[in-house]
Amino acid sequence: MGMGSRLDLFLLTIAILSGTVLSDLILFKVDRRVDLTSQVVRVTSTLKVENDGTNSVSEVLLAFPDNQVKHLAYLTVTPNEGKGKSKHSANSFPVEVVHPKDMPPALTFYSVSLPKALGKGESSTFDVLAVFTHTLRPFPEKITQADIQLLVFQDSAYFLSPYAVRVQSLSVKLPDARIESYTKLENTKIHGSEIKYGPYENLPPFSYSPIVVHFESKQPFAVAQELVREIEISHWGNVQVTELYNLNHGGAEIKGEFSRLDYQARPHIRGASALRNLVARLPPRARSVYYRDEIGNISTSHLWGDSKKTELEIEPRYPMFGGWRTSFTIGYSLPLQDFLFQSEGKRFLNITFGCPINDVVIDTLIVKVVLPEGSSDISVSTPFPVKQSHETKLSHLDVAGRPVVVLEKNNVVPEHNQYFQVYYKFNSLALLREPLMLISGVFFLFVACIVYMHADLSISKSSASYLAKLQWDEVQGAVQQVQSIINRCLAIHDKLEVSLRDLSRTGDAQSCKAARKAADASLKELTKELKPLLGFLQSSQQAAQILPKVENLVAKEKDLQDRLLAKHSTVVDCYEKKYGGKEIENRVAQHQQKINALRQEVDDLLDFIDEI
Amino acid sequence: MAALETSRGTTLRNAFGNVFSFFILILIGVLAFSIRLFSVIKYESVIHEFDPYFNYRVTQFLTKSGIYEFWNWFDDRTWYPLGRVIGGTVYPGLTLTAGTIWWLLNSLNIPLSVETVCVFTAPIFSAFASWATYLLTKEVKGTGAGLTAAALLAMVPSYISRSVAGSYDNEAVAIFALIFTFYLYIKTLNTGSLFYATLNAIAYFYMVCSWGGYTFIINLIPMHVLLCIVTGRYSSRLYVAYAPLVVLGTLLASLVPVVGFNAVMTSEHFASFLVFIIIHVVALVYYIKGVLSEKMFKVAVTLILSLGAIVCCAVIAVLIALVASSPTMGWSGRSLSLLDPTYASKYIPIIASVSEHQPPTWPSYFMDINVLAFLVPAGIIACFSPLSDASSFVVLYIVTSVYFSGVMVRLMLVLAPAACIMSGIALSEAFEVFTRSIKFQLPGSSVHSQVDVGVKSSENSLPQNDVAKTDKTEDTLKERPSRKNRKKEKEPVAVEKPSVRSKIEKKLLVLPLEASIISIFLLVLLGAFYVVHCVWAAAEAYSAPSIVLTSHSHDGLHVFDDFREAYAWLSHNTEVDDKVASWWDYGYQTTAMANRTVIVDNNTWNNTHIATVGTAMSSPEKAAWEIFNSLDVKYVLVVFGGLVGYPSDDINKFLWMVRIGGGVFPHIKEPDYLKDGQYRIDSEATPTMLNCLMYKLSYYRFVETDGKAFDRVRRTEIGKKHFKLTHFEEVFTTHHWMVRIYKLKPPKNRIRGKTKKSKSKSSGTTTKRSRSGKKNPWH
Repeated sequence: MGMGSRLDLFLLTIAILSGTVLSDLILFKVDRRVDLTSQVVRVTSTLKVENDGTNSVSEVLLAFPDNQVKHLAYLTVTPNEGKGKSKHSANSFPVEVVHPKDMPPALTFYSVSLPKALGKGESSTFDVLAVFTHTLRPFPEKITQADIQLLVFQDSAYFLSPYAVRVQSLSVKLPDARIESYTKLENTKIHGSEIKYGPYENLPPFSYSPIVVHFESKQPFAVAQELVREIEISHWGNVQVTELYNLNHGGAEIKGEFSRLDYQARPHIRGASALRNLVARLPPRARSVYYRDEIGNISTSHLWGDSKKTELEIEPRYPMFGGWRTSFTIGYSLPLQDFLFQSEGKRFLNITFGCPINDVVIDTLIVKVVLPEGSSDISVSTPFPVKQSHETKLSHLDVAGRPVVVLEKNNVVPEHNQYFQVYYKFNSLALLREPLMLISGVFFLFVACIVYMHADLSISKSSASYLAKLQWDEVQGAVQQVQSIINRCLAIHDKLEVSLRDLSRTGDAQSCKAARKAADASLKELTKELKPLLGFLQSSQQAAQILPKVENLVAKEKDLQDRLLAKHSTVVDCYEKKYGGKEIENRVAQHQQKINALRQEVDDLLDFIDEI
Repeated sequence: MAALETSRGTTLRNAFGNVFSFFILILIGVLAFSIRLFSVIKYESVIHEFDPYFNYRVTQFLTKSGIYEFWNWFDDRTWYPLGRVIGGTVYPGLTLTAGTIWWLLNSLNIPLSVETVCVFTAPIFSAFASWATYLLTKEVKGTGAGLTAAALLAMVPSYISRSVAGSYDNEAVAIFALIFTFYLYIKTLNTGSLFYATLNAIAYFYMVCSWGGYTFIINLIPMHVLLCIVTGRYSSRLYVAYAPLVVLGTLLASLVPVVGFNAVMTSEHFASFLVFIIIHVVALVYYIKGVLSEKMFKVAVTLILSLGAIVCCAVIAVLIALVASSPTMGWSGRSLSLLDPTYASKYIPIIASVSEHQPPTWPSYFMDINVLAFLVPAGIIACFSPLSDASSFVVLYIVTSVYFSGVMVRLMLVLAPAACIMSGIALSEAFEVFTRSIKFQLPGSSVHSQVDVGVKSSENSLPQNDVAKTDKTEDTLKERPSRKNRKKEKEPVAVEKPSVRSKIEKKLLVLPLEASIISIFLLVLLGAFYVVHCVWAAAEAYSAPSIVLTSHSHDGLHVFDDFREAYAWLSHNTEVDDKVASWWDYGYQTTAMANRTVIVDNNTWNNTHIATVGTAMSSPEKAAWEIFNSLDVKYVLVVFGGLVGYPSDDINKFLWMVRIGGGVFPHIKEPDYLKDGQYRIDSEATPTMLNCLMYKLSYYRFVETDGKAFDRVRRTEIGKKHFKLTHFEEVFTTHHWMVRIYKLKPPKNRIRGKTKKSKSKSSGTTTKRSRSGKKNPWH
């Protein structure tokens, strides 16, 4: 191309735009590739811009019709460093919306700031990736279960630009299926599942030639009308992510019957575009994964993972046909140290923004980051603009509530799955607050119990009945002591009996005597102990009723004791005198009878007193 | 000095015993709670069955809208187009309990969902119930029996079946309320304290709030009072226990909207008022007897008897006239079927159609109360030695509940606590006898009682080691310490007393050493068997939530989650105001899970409405379409088990639809659906059967699955295999075909006859259609 022709073109452009050219740029070469294999339309354009004017230029304008801008989800401009380089290099150029004067209506302009101003005659090549949602329309809009979904795509065969374009071409990549129809222009070629338009040369600015492609696609359109991701940080070592999906199938709606029989018998013909499953790629080391909806667990899911990633394959409760909806929740825990870092005295969370499921278009994405209670100095950094707000959430044992950062973005595509950061300050000591609260709670409970047990909660302390009750308690105590003494006496009696038995077995009178001596001593002691108690009972009015019984008991016991001792000494005597068994029995028989009778009475009395 | 030391020793031991039994009780509570978690662990934390879904939905409404809205709640999503006044027709106890728990937790900032609270309400209340059992049995026969009974109740299968986690039904809290009311009654009876009498009325109020079974209490207690009076056991304590309960309890009960004036007007409460009068008369007689001399008293008796007889006759005549004027004699249908077990099957097919209203079989006794059935007689005998007010009450309780459980399977639940109490008493008495026997026959026992305990416990632990399974010894573990502990409690009074005394007095009860040891071993074995059975029942038999089914096949566990699949589909893919018709079993679930309006549900308050749906299901397609269309129905849901062999599907329930429908609309005749008195769906079936809507909706295109249309539930090939639907279209069928949803096709432009017909008219046409259907079968 000679200088002259370029000048001609330049003049022509000037003439068309009636002097609205902002700069002297021309697009030397434009390659556009439209990918229609999924529900998201990805348009990659490689632009070679050349400065044809004299002034150096650093801003390049990109134009999109307004009806496309509505659906534009993502736009990025990256330098083209030849083929084979990664498209998503970090240093993308800044892009912003501008409203230049004297431009045709119904167009929106984005201005790309080049890192280096283009001087005269210099050129630069860069890639523009524009991602659109909801631009593929099903046509017909309603199909039966047996029909195959047909989609319509509309665009221009020429690159819409405020600059003149020297050479351009467009290729439309379709899924491997039948093409119903497409607009045939000059230089249109079809190559497998790819339609090629162009090359076209030397087109003036704002040239536009509509094309329509109508093609088959079995791709299900998973659209989340709303996705709420809640990321809750616990400094005890856990990041809990809960994702609440409101999903529908945005493709051609099903009309008429849904037959499970047909679906099960010929799933790829009857129900080809049904949404069967989704794969969520969770971060590595995700654990406690769950998948449920409001009526319980959904059992159709599989989980597997390795060190790089965790993959969760989920099936909705039913296969989703066009227009059907569902909602469900996915939740998982992540190790804190993988996502929380520290820098310059601040902590920051570094986690992905978008949803982990590929091929889902999200109309409204709300990301809530719940920070621990007591966090301060909160700031957020995101790679793209989002709407921000703050709220608080009350959760386990909170007092003030946890600060929540709410980020909202519309029209989210997988390209938005980038890391964002939330910075905040948090004192580690605040971690101990809740355990301490619990401990002190339990502690005070015990204290309250102890106080209750020891406090006297009776209403009046001087009333007659209260005093009577106190006295009665004392009397009861005394009676109990008497009882225990009597019991001990009885125990000693038993010991004596045992010693007698031993005697009859072994004939060892000495040990028997020793036992007798011990018994004597302890009995005497017990009698001594009994005295003050009896005295107390006699003096107390409350004991008037019970006193005769107690006295009776003591008397009987005394009697019993005497008898027993008598018997004991008799037996021992007999043994020492070496009487025969018969003889001893005869001598003792009388005693024994009395003892038995007395023992019975004593027991009865004890029982009686026991019941009082 | 020594006395002081002993007394300190005894208080210490006493305190130790109390702490010990406290911890045992806590462990029993934990056991009761955790044995019910099998459903959560094996399945998931989800509400079970049918009624719990309704309760869950009500609780959700309560937590969302508050208590006042709840009382006024008119539910328009059910019984379309009639609706249902939920606030006035539901027993609110369970809902209010769970709502309060939820509110309490949330105000403490513990964010549990309503569902979680509902799922775990029943296990929590089972723990409470076992504690209440402890208290009740303790009042009757002491701590040892109390602990044993509590441990038994914690895992009795009958109670587990109604209170596993997720079984969010009235019975879950009502059993606790029942036992606790009885406890407070016995406590009042034993103490004569007005404080406990008031508490008793409040507990009774809670029971009235919770369950219709409160009538059991208000009849059993008067019976006991009457028994006491007749056997000459009247005392002021009895009066204090009974009179405030009737007055306060009736006042409180009539505060519950669902009971209201029924508390004074229906015959279920009549006995309590009669006894109320009697006890006053008796009280008066006792008073006069105390005031007057012997001779004067006799004169007064004759005077009052003659006067009283006249007054009584008059009152009774009036009452009988009142009662007789109402058609059901003032009894509700369920109560009548209790008194006359054949009543329901004769007159009320709706009550009879519910499987839990059938009389139980013998195996179900063994399944539900297991070895307790054998221990109960022993417990009754133990209650008679000696017979006290409290033990006579327990005996009366077991006798009546055995009768009721024989009438309805469902009332096995009332029997279970009684059986546990009796068995607890029996076991503890038996253990006491055996261990005492062992104790006295060990040398030197009388002196070294401490050593004795050690020896005894080691001997006890011997058989325990033999049966060293972790779970089954739990029961024995619980028993043993309880007994030990009880010993300790007695010890303060007489360290050596029991040994000394019983040597003389109770020598008769001392058994040979070997026999005692073997018996203890056998008893422990019995307990172990019981524990094994209970754990098995909890894990395998009673934990399935019934909305999720599982089957074990050669390639592992297979889950049938079809119900929720269908409900989820309905809830997401139909309009909010669409009406869904199904048999009433699925009404509660549809409103709760799918949030769609239903025509009939499990609250079977309107027989005609249910009969209308039954008629539609048993009519040919066109007539059914007209009935459904007149009810604004848009979707019809049927449950079909023929593909996977799920037996409780609609075809198997179909005869009840015919019966209930036929009860109101006489043109539906049961014999039309039966071939020679047999219910069949194969080629021998009657044309009426093969043309009815239920058949068609169930088997639509079923033949194309295997080519033969083999029904795996009925184990036969179906009668009519190829047919089309003209007025309905299939819109959804679940993965295993267990739920099929059809949509009513919009009326075509060209329709013979009139499009709009009233219900009565449409049923008139139904008759005609079905007759013509007989002549030329459909298609």
